[in-house]
Amino acid sequence: MSEIKQISLFVENRPGRTAKVAKTLSDAGVNIRALTIAEAGDFGVIRMVLDDAEKGYKVLKENAFTVSMTDVLAVEMKDQPGGLYEIVNTLGENDVNVDYAYAFVTAKAQRAMLILRVDDIAKARKVLDDKKIKIATKEEIQAI
Amino acid sequence: MSGYWDPHIERMPLENLHSLQEDRLKSVVRYVYDHSAFYRQRFKEANIMPEDIKSLADVTKLPFTRKADLRDNYPTGMFSAPKNQLVRYHVSSGTTGKPTVVGYTRGDIETWSESLARALTSLGLSRDDVVQVGYGYGLFTGGLGLHYGAERIGAAVLPVGTGNTERQIELMQDLGTTAIACTPSYFLHMMEVAERMGVSIKNDTRLRVGIFGAEPWSIETRERIESNTGIDAYDIYGTSEISGPLFTECQAKNGIHVWGDMFLTEVVDPNTGEPVAEGERGELVFTTLHKFALPLIRYRIGDLSAISWEACECGRTHPRIMKIMGRTDDMLIIRGINVFPSQVESVLMRIPEVGDHWEIVVDRKGPLDMMTVRVELTESGFSDKIGDLMRLENKVSKELKGVLNIAAEVELVEPGTIPRSMGKAKRVTDNRKV
Repeated sequence: MSEIKQISLFVENRPGRTAKVAKTLSDAGVNIRALTIAEAGDFGVIRMVLDDAEKGYKVLKENAFTVSMTDVLAVEMKDQPGGLYEIVNTLGENDVNVDYAYAFVTAKAQRAMLILRVDDIAKARKVLDDKKIKIATKEEIQAI
Repeated sequence: MSGYWDPHIERMPLENLHSLQEDRLKSVVRYVYDHSAFYRQRFKEANIMPEDIKSLADVTKLPFTRKADLRDNYPTGMFSAPKNQLVRYHVSSGTTGKPTVVGYTRGDIETWSESLARALTSLGLSRDDVVQVGYGYGLFTGGLGLHYGAERIGAAVLPVGTGNTERQIELMQDLGTTAIACTPSYFLHMMEVAERMGVSIKNDTRLRVGIFGAEPWSIETRERIESNTGIDAYDIYGTSEISGPLFTECQAKNGIHVWGDMFLTEVVDPNTGEPVAEGERGELVFTTLHKFALPLIRYRIGDLSAISWEACECGRTHPRIMKIMGRTDDMLIIRGINVFPSQVESVLMRIPEVGDHWEIVVDRKGPLDMMTVRVELTESGFSDKIGDLMRLENKVSKELKGVLNIAAEVELVEPGTIPRSMGKAKRVTDNRKV
């Protein structure tokens, strides 16, 4: 199974940098599914799930951004109290560490989507499967 | 090891070299006294006459010459040769003040070329080489100096000058350049542009030698350049006041041979002017022994280094100066502590996650000096975990502190954002108002 590729960018904390990222993707017709910015003083890291990760990676690189691709899981989360708990508790009980996570909702999807970066992606996939928690495929993310 | 350009001179027994230096020192002192109004006056003030210089050791009786003297006597007040004997002028850029003018007789140009012919031969170049000169041509001494030196050994010169980096790389491939001469910072930029063009300097060019100078650079930068490109990178030294680029390392890469028949090199304590012991660090002082338009007596060049008269494995007997630590003018005083940009460079270049380009910004916050070192993150150093990046900043900061003894703020910046230089890199921005 091919994993979902998250695009990460190193950006300096100065006006217009995020706009430049957005414009680069927009000009290439790449759509952003989910985005989060982590900042640490004078720099930050933008993490994104795109409809077309390969194309996004290519155009950002061509525009001289420092960019990397990371495997992440997109997990469907019940839009009700306890939805997040069920997922992270399952991972925690099975000794899978979550490096970071962010969520998004889309108009079409009935449920919220949680993007997870974990230290052991194969194990996470298995333990979530065992709990009948649905993990989205790359194609599903593309088709949203 | 390569051969010699002038084996008789280059391997001259020390005893003979010292007696040649002594003869030439006496002659140059007499010559400037007779021909330069400036030196006649200066000697009178110091109460010294040419006949007082009886041995090499008497050199310390002579007064120093400083850059300020050249500026104060702008443009040609210190010259010893009549104007009709001059065949060229060079003018320094005046980055640290008013420009200075240097003149050359035909013989001075010959000596200069001869100095570089010896140097280029010592690092393995010959008539079989194609030498791309990427130093500026014109008033700056780098371009024409290297040009004449390389032509003298019969190498084919490619006089590209600075800039036009993509074309430089194309020509390097098309004409089979084997050696390049430019500033180390410009070569780092060239490496970056070559990579962008999809050209591997290691595999797609015949480049095997780099002759880098006109700004201080560290051993760590040499290691980076050599491991990335497979070339041998040599240091070249000289300043316009004493002609221009004159001396290089030999293939032993263990110090720069300063030709003793052409220059008398001393190392003195920068504060007291007293000579320091062999091998000890201090300010370089040059007396020109074979220069006629603008001979200089005990010129305080401002660069810090040490000298060694120990025999070199290459067989040359002339003394060597060790890697230039920096110019006294470049030294920053931060919270009372002396900091040389070259120290910062040597720390940064051993950290692989940090790119080749960097800068120092100094500010004053209240009563406190703040030094910020801005470094570019490399592609391979990028982790999308913030914690890793913060750890990297801390690591750089800690290593800087270990060497400099003062805390420096470290700022990771995006690759390509620090200005690239074609000539001498501007590494320091000092925003302190004195």
